[in-house]
Amino acid sequence: MDANRFDLPGADIAWCPGCGDFRILESLKKALLELGLSPLDVVVVSGIGQAAKTPHFMTSHFFNGLHGRSLSNATAIKAANPSLKVIAVGGDGDMYGEGGNHFTHTIRRNPDITNLVYNNMVYGLTKGQASPTSQIGFKTPVQVEGVSSHPFNPVASALIAGATFVARGNAGDVEQTKELIKRAMEHKGYALVDIFQPCVSFNNLNTYKWFSENTYWLEDHDEGDFEKALSLVMAEAPFPLGVLYREEGRPTFAETLLAYRENKEPLFRRKASRNAVRKIMEGMCS
Amino acid sequence: MHFSSLEGRTDLSCVFCGAAGLGIQTVEDLLARVIVNEGLYVFGSREYMSRVRGGSNSTEIRISSSPVDALVDRIDLLFALSAGVRENIRERITPDTVIFGDRDELKEEADELGGTFVNIPLQDIAKEVGGKIYSNSVAAGFLFGILGLGLDGAREFFEQRFADKKPEVVEKNMKAARTGFDQGEALVEKKGLLDGYTRLKEKESMILSGTDAVGLGALAGGCTFAAAYPMSPSTGVLTFLASHAEECGVAVEQVEDELAAINMAVGAAYAGGRSMVTTSGGGFALMTEGVSLAGVVESPVVIHLAQRPGPATGMATRTEQGDLLHALFSSHGEFPKAIYAPGTLESAFKITQKAFATAWSYHTPVIILTDQYFVNSFRNLSPETFEFLPELPEIEKTGPNYRRYEDTPDGVSPYGIPGWGEGIVGGDSHEHDEEGHVYEDFHLRTRMQDKRMRKLEGMKREALPPTLIGPEKYETLVICWGSTLPIVREALKNLGRADTALLAYEQVWPLHSSTEEYLRKASRTVMVEGNSTAQFARLIRCETGVALSGSVLKYSGLQFSVEEVEKRLTEFLSGKEGSR
Repeated sequence: MDANRFDLPGADIAWCPGCGDFRILESLKKALLELGLSPLDVVVVSGIGQAAKTPHFMTSHFFNGLHGRSLSNATAIKAANPSLKVIAVGGDGDMYGEGGNHFTHTIRRNPDITNLVYNNMVYGLTKGQASPTSQIGFKTPVQVEGVSSHPFNPVASALIAGATFVARGNAGDVEQTKELIKRAMEHKGYALVDIFQPCVSFNNLNTYKWFSENTYWLEDHDEGDFEKALSLVMAEAPFPLGVLYREEGRPTFAETLLAYRENKEPLFRRKASRNAVRKIMEGMCS
Repeated sequence: MHFSSLEGRTDLSCVFCGAAGLGIQTVEDLLARVIVNEGLYVFGSREYMSRVRGGSNSTEIRISSSPVDALVDRIDLLFALSAGVRENIRERITPDTVIFGDRDELKEEADELGGTFVNIPLQDIAKEVGGKIYSNSVAAGFLFGILGLGLDGAREFFEQRFADKKPEVVEKNMKAARTGFDQGEALVEKKGLLDGYTRLKEKESMILSGTDAVGLGALAGGCTFAAAYPMSPSTGVLTFLASHAEECGVAVEQVEDELAAINMAVGAAYAGGRSMVTTSGGGFALMTEGVSLAGVVESPVVIHLAQRPGPATGMATRTEQGDLLHALFSSHGEFPKAIYAPGTLESAFKITQKAFATAWSYHTPVIILTDQYFVNSFRNLSPETFEFLPELPEIEKTGPNYRRYEDTPDGVSPYGIPGWGEGIVGGDSHEHDEEGHVYEDFHLRTRMQDKRMRKLEGMKREALPPTLIGPEKYETLVICWGSTLPIVREALKNLGRADTALLAYEQVWPLHSSTEEYLRKASRTVMVEGNSTAQFARLIRCETGVALSGSVLKYSGLQFSVEEVEKRLTEFLSGKEGSR
């Protein structure tokens, strides 16, 4: 791999050898470099899980918060300073399980952030339990007779909740996934990139081989066709990869905030509006 | 003849009670405004059921020629506007209470309430004017008639309130008020009940509630970001900030749950937003993991916690001081926090600013404890009473070698934010190194924990001292915190004991260092607080080793009244009431 200003020399990477997360990190750093960004432009926000360790293995601003809450952190970071490029990264358990409620409502707000979900259909950090996206029948030390709950469909859920950019990548396809991340970052509004990612330690069902045999990259797809996107996200294997749906022009969260209607300064440039406070007080007088 | 007990008095307590949705609040707002315009003082306190329509709510309005700011039991004038007057009001009716109501509405209840009943045919008059919806204006007019206030204020008020309606709406309301007024004036034979009250030349014309005081304090303190999930009784602060979002440049968002609220607040602060959340006990319970996050990432967030009775859903629209220890011991792990508990509106304004200053000086969560009684009570003050604290310093640019968690003698690391300077800014919920990267090293862990906890030493030095009210040399020391301050103060004034002083706390953590000395000077110490386990007394014992002699507690869901504190303190001092 070529040197990249987003590399973190000396980082003690805690992922298992062969983990799909290495490929996603490579795609992400390449994407940022090709977009001409500097580590000072970017904030990588994460929660807890193997995927959520990403910001500790690269150079950029970072905020590694709580399990499931990174979308709330990321939404507010972008709202506080809209000039920052904000990326929320995490795994399927973090984003779709613990953070499921925030996933839905963040999509509704449409903050201008990129949401990368490393979807390996298993819990890695806690050693091999089912995740919301595990397939029916997947056996684990907890789901001893196999998973019985229907798998959560993140791309369909995002589409239904009103996501303005929904894409799916595959960790094994570094170049194509890099392109998806670039497009997600260029999209104005919330952009989901759900990335199929093999867990080499705890998921012997959904392997590199399984993902390459059960996916295909979309060609000549009309990204603005919602009906078509609906049928694509509901399809059984093989699963389509690429930008499934894209909608331009919806106002972003920051654009809808009254705080920015007149005043375009980021929040940290603002002073307490004491004249405004005195005026409110006058309004409380007769 | 009905009003002989009021002669010579310059403090009148009026209570309005009735079903939700009758427009009683309009009458209260109108009355408060007119009283203040007269150059008098007003205090109001609302108690209400957790329902939008029906039920029975009440508001006490005290009118005085000197400042008033505390709840009393005494009811001089009771306006019973719908049937079903609840026990908490009935208990307070004495033979001196004059009760006004419409016999057609109250039926036999009119004669059961006690006191002296005066019939006002509200509904008949309202129907003549144009419908039942005018009955509150009839009542307002009647009240103005007996108080001797004239109707100019009412016209002005109606014109403002109905500015976007047809002019005839104002005229119909005025006609209703005029009819009521004539009857009221006749009843007192044109000798208004407020005629003997001294008027101020320089009227104190700002009317505001506890909610307003916290909201204004937040804006003055520099708040630029607020996220909350609606929960009584804390929602008013969210509403207040939302209504001033544009002119004050505050990003305000109603979120999906309290977890999102606190995590947004922490996120915004990481990027330089001056964050605040507002919630009540149950919502705060959900936030506690995020409060812990704020502790370890060293995030300046201000949390307004308006208490109501728990456990769990408890009593949604009632009051209690039951979350003190919950707030103090909230969240896993050890980290510094400050907890304020304003007792008056002017200090709520100042303390909310102070909360932002403390949060941004020490980069740690700061909690403002209020309660339903406090946020829903209102009074008039002069805007000059409100003190602005110095503005927060600007955030400095980071240098190329910036480290967010630089180890420093006082534990406070320079606060850098992404997008402002040449440094990389990290934040991490794990134990971390000085750059903010997760790193497991036992020496580092000890060093970083010590660094964070050192901030508490500075916070202790800056803690607000308690206020001693009464004689410097005292035998008995009464202690209170938060919203009970004005009530206990008035009760002690009424008791007039030369050997008894009040020590009122508006910061309950960290405790000011003078605490032990104050306690040791007293031969008897008694806590007055609104919970069932004397939480602040326990905290004081924990911190000073001094066990108080006793406590006067209340946890019914209603606030203490002045009379109740007087009575129970008297019993305590005579040995009748022990520690409970």
